[in-house]
Amino acid sequence: MGKEKKIRVLAAKPGLDGHDRGVKVVARALMDAGMEVVYTGLRQTPSQIVESAIQEDVDVIAMSILSGAHDYLFPKVMELLEEKDVDDMLVIGGGIIPDEDIPALKGAGIAEVFGPGTTTTQIIDYIKSNVKTRY
Amino acid sequence: MTEHTGHEDLQAALKRWSEGVEKKLSKRPERKAEFVNTSGIPVRRLYTPLDGADASYLSEVGLPGEYPFTRGVQPTMFRGRYWTMRQYAGFATAEESNRRYRFLLDQGQTGLSVAFDLPTQIGYDSDNEMAIGEVGKVGVAIDSLEDVEALFNKIPLDKVSTSMTINAPAAVLLAMYMAVAEKQGVSADKLRGTIQNDILKEYSSRGTYIYPPKPSMRIITDIFSYCAENIPMWNMISISGYHIREAGSTAVQEVAFTLANGIAYVQAALEVGLDVDTFGPRLSFFFNAHSDFFEEVAKYRAARRLWAEIMKERFKAKNPKSMMIRFHTQTAGCTLTAPQPKNNIVRVAFQAMAAVLGGTQSLHTNSMDEALCLPSEEAVQIALRTQQLIAYETGVTDTVDPLAGSYYLENLTNEIYERAAAYIKKIDELGGAAEAIEKGFIQREIQDSAYRYQREIEQEERIVVGVNRFQVEEEKPTNLLRVDPAVRTSQIERLKKLRSERDDAVVGRRLADLKQGAEGDQNLIPLMLKAVKAYATLGEICDVLRGVFGEYQQVNTLG
Repeated sequence: MGKEKKIRVLAAKPGLDGHDRGVKVVARALMDAGMEVVYTGLRQTPSQIVESAIQEDVDVIAMSILSGAHDYLFPKVMELLEEKDVDDMLVIGGGIIPDEDIPALKGAGIAEVFGPGTTTTQIIDYIKSNVKTRY
Repeated sequence: MTEHTGHEDLQAALKRWSEGVEKKLSKRPERKAEFVNTSGIPVRRLYTPLDGADASYLSEVGLPGEYPFTRGVQPTMFRGRYWTMRQYAGFATAEESNRRYRFLLDQGQTGLSVAFDLPTQIGYDSDNEMAIGEVGKVGVAIDSLEDVEALFNKIPLDKVSTSMTINAPAAVLLAMYMAVAEKQGVSADKLRGTIQNDILKEYSSRGTYIYPPKPSMRIITDIFSYCAENIPMWNMISISGYHIREAGSTAVQEVAFTLANGIAYVQAALEVGLDVDTFGPRLSFFFNAHSDFFEEVAKYRAARRLWAEIMKERFKAKNPKSMMIRFHTQTAGCTLTAPQPKNNIVRVAFQAMAAVLGGTQSLHTNSMDEALCLPSEEAVQIALRTQQLIAYETGVTDTVDPLAGSYYLENLTNEIYERAAAYIKKIDELGGAAEAIEKGFIQREIQDSAYRYQREIEQEERIVVGVNRFQVEEEKPTNLLRVDPAVRTSQIERLKKLRSERDDAVVGRRLADLKQGAEGDQNLIPLMLKAVKAYATLGEICDVLRGVFGEYQQVNTLG
């Protein structure tokens, strides 16, 4: 990847969850690592997230949920992306997500799930090595 | 001054001692070049009587139960009675939560604390599209009075005090609670409890807002006047620093932003003509118990003194009860770790001890598994036992404010007091808390602190046991408590049944009255009470108000 093109990330809060400490910390760390980050703010429906991702032409969607609604909302986002024929975005999730839920989320197309205790460096490294190049 | 005579000897001794220590540092250095707490206050090697030499004991510390209440709001504190042991609980359906409450009461818990699910907190019924995936997850799902009846089934409301973590729709839940009490034959003057009802921190830190600030503040002052007249023992608001801290603030910011919000509520109530001493005694507070032990104890003491001064000097309160911060405390959820979850039992015990030594009026201790999921019954029991151990076994409750007079603690109390006062001055200059939130000032301050804290962990300047040091390979925990997704289906069934059985014409009239009241300046609480008694749903009531007041749009403070 050339220096001229920065990785673009949509940091998103799906659902009604108001815990935004984690997503804001991650968003800022990604910016400090040279990525361009668009933050959706709270209470986004899956279709709002997909629309923003397409409109902002991002490479990565990073979603955070701590309310337990990931089992519905994460797969819903994937389903809508597929409907729109978007297959070149790396979609990752984080928050309070029980380990036993992770296989199903990955099955739905969430590339990786980051739980409590993850460092921002781990997320940055993951994105850098897994972002799907489109250029 | 004559009283400093002894201090001259001390000064000389301290100088000699310090020089001696400094000489040895090159060979045996300290663990860090600089010791600093979460608030950025430098912590010195040693505190001595010299650190408190300028303090005016009576005006800054004083006696418990007396202004400025630094040492506590009651003269006998825990020698009289222990704090209320109140575990925040609620999940899935009203019936299931009711079982958990009765389990907790059987285990010796002394007050209830209701957790609502997110759709309830944001004013959506369980059948709303926005509620998909969220029903019953982080708390109990409440759609109508019927659910609240089931929630308190066989729990006599004149015998327990109930705290409800509900903000934007606080008035609706209060009305439902009153309606259930009435059905139980309990009169409103016997009801004890609290509604959180603190919308300002929802905008800045917690996220369950519905309406914009102005109408939200109007609902809050409606609640104040209604409660003062009708439910005299009810705490009409719980001004909360807990979530500000969880969002990442420092201890100083927690005190400052909470009290700044408190100032905004008092001001709003005065502007609608309420007398400071009629509602002042019913304001309650809610703080976090984080991990830096002395910083936390000092924080509670500084907050008491600062609020007492604000109420007396700024708002000219006459009744000492208006000047007292009575507060609930919860141990810090954000310090719980997913690795080695049993370590959390110990973490919580230290945090709870800080809250007790800081003179809390009630306490929630977190369960060890809460970084993973909702707490299991066993984990909740250990958390409650932690409080009982502190109360019954450690002896710290046998005298009032036992850490007072510690050179370090008194110095830290002053530092936090001064730094929080400086923040409040800054917020005043910005036009008050609501303006400061609208400008994004408070959110930015909090997110800067959160980012700094995370960086400290990642750079190992801050050690979290089991996370960035002393890690082990461990089995992933299994058997986590999960909420059955069928809860949504059963709530939807119940709603359908309710809507087919109730008298829709009456519901329609009650909602029309509410709309008219909201467009004018009638007190909304009696109108809501009538609506809930006709089994109007929470979502229907909030939708009426959304129609009149509009919805809040969050300020984006990132970038």
